[in-house]
Amino acid sequence: MAMTITEKIIAAHAGRDSVAPGELVNAKVDIALGNDITAPVAIREFEKLDVKTVWDKHRVVLVPDHFVPNKDIQSAEQAKMLREFSRRHELVNYFELGRMGIEHCLLPEQGLVLPGDLIIGADSHTCTYGALGAFSTGVGSTDLAAAMALGEIWLKVPAAIKFVYSGELSPWVGGKDLILYTIGKIGVDGARYRSMEFTGPVIEGLEIDGRMTMANMAVEAGAKNGIIIPDDITKNYVTGRARREYDFLDSDPDANYEQIYDFDVTNLSPQVALPHLPENVKPVEEAGDISIDQAVIGSCTNGRISDLRQAASVLKGKKIDPRVRAIIFPGTQEIYRQAVKEGLVEIFIDAGAAVSTPTCGPCLGGHAGILGAGERAISTTNRNFVGRMGHPESEVYLSNPAVAAASAVAGRIIHPGEVA
Amino acid sequence: MECKGKVWKFGEDIDTDAIIPARYLNTSDPAELALHCMEDADPEFPGKVQPGDIIAAGKNFGCGSSREHAPIAIKAAGVSCVIAGSFARIFYRNAFNIGLPIFECAEAADNIEENDQVEVDMKSGRIINKTKGEEYSAVPIPPFMQEIINAGGLINYVARRVKQNA
Repeated sequence: MAMTITEKIIAAHAGRDSVAPGELVNAKVDIALGNDITAPVAIREFEKLDVKTVWDKHRVVLVPDHFVPNKDIQSAEQAKMLREFSRRHELVNYFELGRMGIEHCLLPEQGLVLPGDLIIGADSHTCTYGALGAFSTGVGSTDLAAAMALGEIWLKVPAAIKFVYSGELSPWVGGKDLILYTIGKIGVDGARYRSMEFTGPVIEGLEIDGRMTMANMAVEAGAKNGIIIPDDITKNYVTGRARREYDFLDSDPDANYEQIYDFDVTNLSPQVALPHLPENVKPVEEAGDISIDQAVIGSCTNGRISDLRQAASVLKGKKIDPRVRAIIFPGTQEIYRQAVKEGLVEIFIDAGAAVSTPTCGPCLGGHAGILGAGERAISTTNRNFVGRMGHPESEVYLSNPAVAAASAVAGRIIHPGEVA
Repeated sequence: MECKGKVWKFGEDIDTDAIIPARYLNTSDPAELALHCMEDADPEFPGKVQPGDIIAAGKNFGCGSSREHAPIAIKAAGVSCVIAGSFARIFYRNAFNIGLPIFECAEAADNIEENDQVEVDMKSGRIINKTKGEEYSAVPIPPFMQEIINAGGLINYVARRVKQNA
């Protein structure tokens, strides 16, 4: 039976020759992930079960990244739960402050998630790892608890939607713009319960960081997973990182798709999602005259080295507008080190931007860059819901790192071409 | 458990940040979360919701984050069930896993208004609007989800499997 890559991965992990959309299966997981918000709830549920320890101490991964460095006493207690649980169960992949990163930047970098894997994480942006040709999806804490005990998860096989991108990308346009454009076209529930498969010559030419940005935001269209067929770019990325076997799978030419979208992205401008939904997407030229108070560059969506390079290429020799606070969040310690080595951090500091240790921080309105009433941010993060970055009367505009950097310089949302 | 009460009506695409803002996620205590339930959609909601009340909303309820705190906050606020045009997938899983009854019904979501008195028969998925004298049918709960409910939530279901494996 012809299958998509998603169906093949699920079938392989369910011990089946084939699966079809709508079927419920029990699948083995390769990695189960939790963070300092979701894991405390999972740990409490796990402890209700009559099991001595986790199913595999190498494959339960805990990353305190949301409210870390601990922003207050309560968040310190939550992070402590992860730390103590990791020690008690001798988890190999617990990542402490100073050796950590934002989970969805960290796991691929560390070679913990690989092509052909089936991964669940108690974080909605777990779908990021689809960029490596894995099936990867977000779940809640109780599902994580069950997976920590059994190494299994029940799944409904999703129907698939294929997106084919062709044409030539303009300067300053990348993965973020492609995914914002796509969400703008299909809406925040346009791929609800579906698998989004990103294909076509533009994707084949997209570097791994841009692919991760795209898969990361599949959940913003309601998808169960986003996925890209692994190729030489994937191979280059995982080589030297992987410490176990992995599997390059492909979709069959006659695989079944519920829908196929063809997007010619020649002449696509950098995209901006206006408040308060990621589907309110416009080309940056049509965003209007929007002054900003803050620019956030980083997150699991755009905190990778190529994102920082892009921001630095705009900010080099420039000054952040005096009315704007710009905050850069490298995704991991390794990315931070690389940014220091390449002189990017110096460019940021010279421009008048703050550079933070890796954290989810302001993306979810956690800490380290919260907005007050009436304030506005341009941000390379993934959500612009009401109150997402702070006060319910604040506003978040989503963009790629070049647009965020250029807007920080101009004090209003602009096309990077205007300042770079 | 019975689902019977006054309806609070919300719009489409109610996200998990509206259900429970992340600024309160430095705790997972259900009672504390309940104090901020739906706060960014309606700041007065936590003060006025009564035990048994029902939330009705449009499509894609619970979109966004995977935080289980969202259905936990709703349940702890005393809400007996959520009726929506559709649910985002992680919220849907989480609601079943923690035992918050949810019903998918576009017709009900379209026709039910704030303050309507509504009753839901959990077994059949019949939604009865007492105020308007209307009835709607929710999408049936898949048998596997019913099994989880019958077991008393996912953890009890898994506990059984753990025993079988032992």
